[in-house]
Amino acid sequence: MVVAERKPMEEILTMVADFKKILLTGCKGCVTVCNAGGQKEVGILASALKIARKKEDREIEIDEITLERQCDPEYIDQLEKPIATNHYDAVLSMACSVGPQYIAKRFEDVLVFPVLNTTFIGGSLEHGVWAEFCQACGSCVIHNFGSICPITRCAKSLMNGPCGGSSRGKCEINPETDCAWHLIYDRMKRLGRLDKLSTVVMYKDWTTNRDGGPRKIVREDLKL
Amino acid sequence: MKAGSNLEKVLAAGHLAVTGELGPPRGADAEVIRHKAKYLKGLVDSVNVTDNQTSVVRMCSMAVCRLLLDMGIEPNLQMVCRDRNRIAIQSDLLGASALGIKNVLCLSGDHQKFGDHPHAKNVFDIDSMQLIATVKKMRDEGKLINDQALEGVPKFFIGSAENPFADPFEFRVTRLGKKIAAGSDFLQTQCIYNMQKFRTWMQQSYDAGLTEKCSILAGITPLKSIGMARYMQKFVPGLDVPDSYINRLKGVDKKLQGAEGIKIAIEQIQEIKEMKGIAGFHVMAIEWEEHVEKIVSGAGLLPRPVPSAEQGS
Repeated sequence: MVVAERKPMEEILTMVADFKKILLTGCKGCVTVCNAGGQKEVGILASALKIARKKEDREIEIDEITLERQCDPEYIDQLEKPIATNHYDAVLSMACSVGPQYIAKRFEDVLVFPVLNTTFIGGSLEHGVWAEFCQACGSCVIHNFGSICPITRCAKSLMNGPCGGSSRGKCEINPETDCAWHLIYDRMKRLGRLDKLSTVVMYKDWTTNRDGGPRKIVREDLKL
Repeated sequence: MKAGSNLEKVLAAGHLAVTGELGPPRGADAEVIRHKAKYLKGLVDSVNVTDNQTSVVRMCSMAVCRLLLDMGIEPNLQMVCRDRNRIAIQSDLLGASALGIKNVLCLSGDHQKFGDHPHAKNVFDIDSMQLIATVKKMRDEGKLINDQALEGVPKFFIGSAENPFADPFEFRVTRLGKKIAAGSDFLQTQCIYNMQKFRTWMQQSYDAGLTEKCSILAGITPLKSIGMARYMQKFVPGLDVPDSYINRLKGVDKKLQGAEGIKIAIEQIQEIKEMKGIAGFHVMAIEWEEHVEKIVSGAGLLPRPVPSAEQGS
């Protein structure tokens, strides 16, 4: 899933400093699962903002809506009525950054702000802990590396690691970060496939990565 | 001859090679280079010029290499993959060759997190292994990565680095084999302190027949002080400084620790000289260039051979 985290309160308060009435929108997709921007977090943030502004003696009115998803135009359409009737100063999105961009596209005259920092594609390691597993390079090769992604999980995206900074299974950039290449080595050894690591892996084609420009998938079989 | 560099000739003639290292300054003053380089002239066969070492902005390696050439010193251009994509890398290689640079050392590069611009975006389009293969392809096939033919083929003696003390230890010789398969002609190791581990790695490399295919130069960095030894032991990932050296330096008066460090370096060279398959030494006297002579001379590695003269006689 897309993992995100809420921006610091200070930053959000600065964003809304000039506003008296805003719409705060959540998303029931990934950001609900990673406890960053679902219905619950929308409620918590709305209360926190109201309290902070009350302290400043400048109360703020906040409406809350959590959509099924913010990455589908059909759900964004559901904001039409509240936006048309309430004249918000701004709309804040607690979705990944697709959400605020969709809202801005749909409502051309509305100011839209992102409340989350969209952080990575990853999964949970334990309750309250998430880690990055995929960089969306668009051409998956993890099967060559013991099903561990070197592009994402090696700090230097080495295709022929580990580098000289691998120490006791940890990466030189952070003693808490596993060396992906040590993990790859261990797993390939367990699988009896170490020979696969003895040949040089040649250049990665980055055209499927973001380096090829903003990406798009067209599925003719699904188009209406 | 693949490139005809002095280093290549010294190795081809069967001598133990000695290379040195020079870190460019943070600034545009060429005099700093000329001053540092004076200490190395005549003592080493080639001088590595680091490429924004530890991700700290420095005068560019290629320019410094050219300054060394002007002084009659053979440079070894270090090139990292952190700051350049394959377009810039190939372009720089062509330029380096045009400037007369004949050795290139292919590295992935330290992560920018350690440097003076931790907010920078890194590149890592290709890695060190692929960089080696790139230089080889340009040299041997006269082609770019995309198979386009070059007008004017760059001739480089291709170097790489390996850290025998990084983990997993049992994969290190395999990785050396990969670098050689990719095209590495010579290889300089990380600074050696754990002699036992280095001996094991060297023996394994020799047994695998790798030392015949690639000249291994043992990395030697003199310990200037107990403080430096402790720092390297604790804070430099992938470095393995045994307590025995720490204790040895501890037992010496502070003023004499530098001399003791040089003594240790000389002892290390003497011991490594006896190892099968060793082709030479890479002396990295970090900001201590003025002491290289003591080490190289103390280890019986002077005078340096002059291969062209030998060939002529």
